[in-house]
Amino acid sequence: MRTSASFEIKYLQYLDEKAKPANDLPDFAKDPKILIQLYKDMQFVRILDKRTVALQRIGKMHTYPASLGQEAVGVGSGSSLQEGDVLIPYYRGTATMIAKGIKPHEILQYWGGDERGSDYKDKNCKEDFPIAVPIATQMLHAAGVATAIKLRKQKGRAVLTEIGEGGTSEGEFYEALNVAGVWDLPLVFIINNNQWAISVPTELQTRAETFAQKGIAAGIECLQVDGNDVIAVKDATTRALDKARTGGGPTVIEAICYRLSDHTTADDASRYNDPKVHEDAWKKEPIKRLQDYLLASGGALAEELESAEEECKALVEKEIQIYLKFMEEDHQPPEAMFDYLFAELPERTRVQRDEAIRRGSK
Amino acid sequence: MATLTLIEAVTLAMEHELARDKDVVLLGEDVGLNGGVFRATDGLQEKFGVDRVIDTPLAEAMIAGLSVGMAGQGMKPVAEMQFMGFVFPAFNQIATAAARMRNRTRGRLSMPLVFRMPYGGGIHAPEHHSESTEALFAHLPGLRVVIPSNPSRAYGLLLAAIRDPDPVIFLEPKRIYRIEKHEIEDDGEAYPLDTCFIDREGDDITLVSWGAMMHETLKAADKLSEDGISAEVIDVATISPLDSATILDSVEKTGRCVVIQEAPRAGGIASEIAAEIAEKGLLSLLAPVCRVAGYDTIMPYARMEGQYMPSVERITDEVQKVMQFK
Ligand SMILES: Cc1ncc(C[n+]2csc(CCOP(=O)(O)OP(=O)(O)O)c2C)c(N)n1
Repeated sequence: MRTSASFEIKYLQYLDEKAKPANDLPDFAKDPKILIQLYKDMQFVRILDKRTVALQRIGKMHTYPASLGQEAVGVGSGSSLQEGDVLIPYYRGTATMIAKGIKPHEILQYWGGDERGSDYKDKNCKEDFPIAVPIATQMLHAAGVATAIKLRKQKGRAVLTEIGEGGTSEGEFYEALNVAGVWDLPLVFIINNNQWAISVPTELQTRAETFAQKGIAAGIECLQVDGNDVIAVKDATTRALDKARTGGGPTVIEAICYRLSDHTTADDASRYNDPKVHEDAWKKEPIKRLQDYLLASGGALAEELESAEEECKALVEKEIQIYLKFMEEDHQPPEAMFDYLFAELPERTRVQRDEAIRRGSK
Repeated sequence: MATLTLIEAVTLAMEHELARDKDVVLLGEDVGLNGGVFRATDGLQEKFGVDRVIDTPLAEAMIAGLSVGMAGQGMKPVAEMQFMGFVFPAFNQIATAAARMRNRTRGRLSMPLVFRMPYGGGIHAPEHHSESTEALFAHLPGLRVVIPSNPSRAYGLLLAAIRDPDPVIFLEPKRIYRIEKHEIEDDGEAYPLDTCFIDREGDDITLVSWGAMMHETLKAADKLSEDGISAEVIDVATISPLDSATILDSVEKTGRCVVIQEAPRAGGIASEIAAEIAEKGLLSLLAPVCRVAGYDTIMPYARMEGQYMPSVERITDEVQKVMQFK
């Protein structure tokens, strides 16, 4: 027998678990200003998450999925997007969405139970899709957006989409990979491998050694990155997006990290996780990693990082206040239930709209 | 005898059948160690092992397709869809295989399986977690669609669903998962499928509902009785195939009927019930059959879902209108 195909999966890491750098850091990582910005972006999301979970506990937020431990995945990939790129996010994409330009308070409005949170106001985000909750549906939407870009021969545009490792068990995930491969779509798939799909660990999702290699069967270039190393995530995503923008086709990036939070505020991970593993995972978390590197390399002083954190706290507080004020004062009228169903309201629905207004104003 | 909520009654019924029948297996996302996101399978994997209570990979088409295959071998899978809003990848398997296998093979293969799923609004859940799309299933011949409205019925109807030789969609109104408790004897006594339950007798009007809306409907009946209106209240329970006879008998007595559903109005089960009465009970009617339903709109997110949900007031208003019809 001869070998018809063989493959290998590369693993990219620049800062190891002790924050020791590899000697060939990518160019952007040689600029402390960029690294400090990445540090801030990650801190911002962590502080925002903490505040948001606290709001949920006092009844001012509904179910919310935190990104704890996964900040580098979102920040590293989202910050690689450029004007003209399109983001097709999923529910754990808070960091990516913010890096793209979606307003934090818009994301809070969505999870607070208000449709207007998906009406992104930033001019850079007008084509971005709303948060996908039905798992893996977003993969195909991303392939569709990429198809439109490709058919119209638009140069310099790419699409980024994300999914959890559990979600890669869905048929729609494979369907999207397949078509992206056959048609060379300008598309980057990020797999956030945070080790858990609610209570289900990775070994119950796949017998494959890596999630990245699912791309192999579709003929797509794929790799793993250390998802706790924001430099690795950003470098891999930047290169993949550049490739996509210049006609080089799709890439699958599996970012390996650990979900340090509950699945959502409705979950209790202590029912199923191993506290020891959880504790170990804290030692690898992404913010501390970059912080240690910045301090050790002289890229930043401790005071600088502290004041960066304070700055983030203030920025988060501003967004939280916008959200809280919105929730307090800004309610949709009953007719909003009907006004976005169709471009033009059918007569039958108009009658119901009138009834809803009558009942709502009582 | 234990005092149980609706979801505890669901657990008890599954536990009873797992113990009684070795062909019964539970499968789904997070149903094992975690006991399901609502805890419907709490403790069952520990009791019956990982081969009877199975955590699957995350894929609904797979869960449904596997169930079809296992049922073809005479196993009795009870599969959980984590939420009704995520059943759609499985819809293909349900519609093109589960519902039709007996018919396709002229009885050679049957599908003794159950798809359980929490459904409906009112718990401020995220997007896609609150819809009521029962009519989509009811429109598929070959499927039973069963909805309990209280703990005793959850126990008795789920036992029946698991034992039934044909596929059952078992919809659990999650808003009432923990709203009340019933004394339940774990005697393995199943309730009949394909039969409406008359929950209250009355003379002036028949109120028909199912699932969580039974609670609003019964409250409305209380209010109406204060106004001297005697309402008969029917819990449809099996929305497909429909037990029209019980409803028609009642309407023959009362001459009036209001059907209450949480789902959008157009193309819902309430429409089917109204059509049955129009066809077979027209001459006993003193007023048009009316529907109280959700609006024909996308289920609003948490902040506005209260505006969507049919309320006690909407029911009593509609009944007053029907009573005053001349
Ligand atoms: C189609 C579908 N099925 C089930 C769910 C319910 N659900 C929400 S998150 C989740 C686990 C997802 O795990 P993973 O894909 O690893 O992503 P993570 O949430 O860990 O980021 C499940 C089962 C859903 N949202 N969509």
